[in-house]
Amino acid sequence: MTDPFIRLSGVRKEFETRGETFLAVSDVTFDVAEGELVALVGPSGCGKTTVLKMIAGLHDHSGGDMQIGGTDGAGFSADKDIGMVFQQPLLLKWRKVLENVLLPAEILGLPMAEARDRAKDLLALVGLTGFEGSYPYELSGGMQQRAAIARSLVHDPKVVLMDEPFGALDALTRESMNIELLRIWSESKKTILFVTHGIQEAVFLGSRVIVLTSSPARMAGDIPVDLPYPRKLEIKTNEDFGVYTRQIYGLLGMA
Amino acid sequence: MTVLNFVRRYWIAVAAHIAVIAAWQLFVQLGEVESYIMPSPLATIMTLGDDNAWVHNTLFTAGEIFGGYFCAVVFGVGMALLFSWSKLLDAAFMPLLISLNMIPKVALGPIFIVWFSYGMGSNILMAFAISFLPILITTARGLKEVEPDLIDLVRTLRASRWQVFTKIQLPGSLPFIFSGMKVAVVLAVAGAIVGEFIASEEGLGYLMMQRQVELDTASMFMAVLLITLIGSVLYGLVILLEKIMVPQDARLG
Repeated sequence: MTDPFIRLSGVRKEFETRGETFLAVSDVTFDVAEGELVALVGPSGCGKTTVLKMIAGLHDHSGGDMQIGGTDGAGFSADKDIGMVFQQPLLLKWRKVLENVLLPAEILGLPMAEARDRAKDLLALVGLTGFEGSYPYELSGGMQQRAAIARSLVHDPKVVLMDEPFGALDALTRESMNIELLRIWSESKKTILFVTHGIQEAVFLGSRVIVLTSSPARMAGDIPVDLPYPRKLEIKTNEDFGVYTRQIYGLLGMA
Repeated sequence: MTVLNFVRRYWIAVAAHIAVIAAWQLFVQLGEVESYIMPSPLATIMTLGDDNAWVHNTLFTAGEIFGGYFCAVVFGVGMALLFSWSKLLDAAFMPLLISLNMIPKVALGPIFIVWFSYGMGSNILMAFAISFLPILITTARGLKEVEPDLIDLVRTLRASRWQVFTKIQLPGSLPFIFSGMKVAVVLAVAGAIVGEFIASEEGLGYLMMQRQVELDTASMFMAVLLITLIGSVLYGLVILLEKIMVPQDARLG
């Protein structure tokens, strides 16, 4: 085993609101290896997003231990190595698609000529060639989210954190985006942490599924999904796929 | 092609305007309405030949409107920016300004004249006072309307406050700024004219007061038309600026 790229052990998070302490996350422990796609599943509002935001450096953790970039943290830079995708595409309405994708590069002050080439390559990767000059409103919801994925990759981060990125899309678009994401992941070789409340989506995407129970977020399971990549939608009818999803429903007390 | 498109798109609007003016002319002619009650459009236009110092008065009033409006935009947007930078300023002054907004600015006219005497300055102040708050309030709202997730996204990149401001907040609030600016045009015009009504020796509002005494209604109508024209030109300039600065879908209403 190589050193895990992300390691959380016994991580806790408390929020203080008006003198009262609210426990959002209690005792979350899991590892993510470099280049792995790990799904984080749990009921809505269970604190998954809080876990993601702690990894993104948007929240401190109140207890436990968190390491990103191996034990010494070398080879990981907190500003340049995180890409994020949210449920909403959050594209800037007044910028064309290409300029939206370039936003992280502008903020980080990367050389723009190279960033521009890279953004064009990424738009090709996410299937948006020819839409560089379009405004977001000219794109469908799925296409906007593809642009958001391209934006999360433009500064070549080591980790991409996705917070229910396909949650606002209709079921069919969501399934085709899942396939797209697996392709993008295999071509870009990024470490991806994918938060969802869709159990099928988690099993379909993840090489492992971390199961969290509700408020406060607590570990319910860490399940390796032993289904070979590249995965196609057919695997959802496999017996093994059903076994994994049933197991997760069970862990969430829903079986 | 573009001319044809233009005609196709706007002919109903233009026709409606022409129809109203024609109806007005017919109403006055056929109804034999006394011209001091209501002059016909033709009689109104004919007053341009009278000795009313139209050009001077129009420029004078336009100067007041543009001057007051320009100050309102500069101070309105500027203060909204300050408030978005400092929570303390925002907490202290925003409620105060909302209260001030409840004052009917027109009622301040006589007081301005006591303070600053009459003339262009007082009327500019009047136009400013009445149009400044809507711009400030809509701009302040626009600067606050930023998706929290978007802020998180740029925070992961360690964006500076200045970057957040120039790349996200300011362009995002432009539609709000323009919607406030459009409302303010009409107000600035009203402010300047009310100022002239209260006390002035020049301008179209002043001219109207003069011609009222003589029951020269046609000249008064012409003055109203010219005031409307000044407002329309200013409004057109704002729309043009918006077209240049804000892409189609980002606009409000």
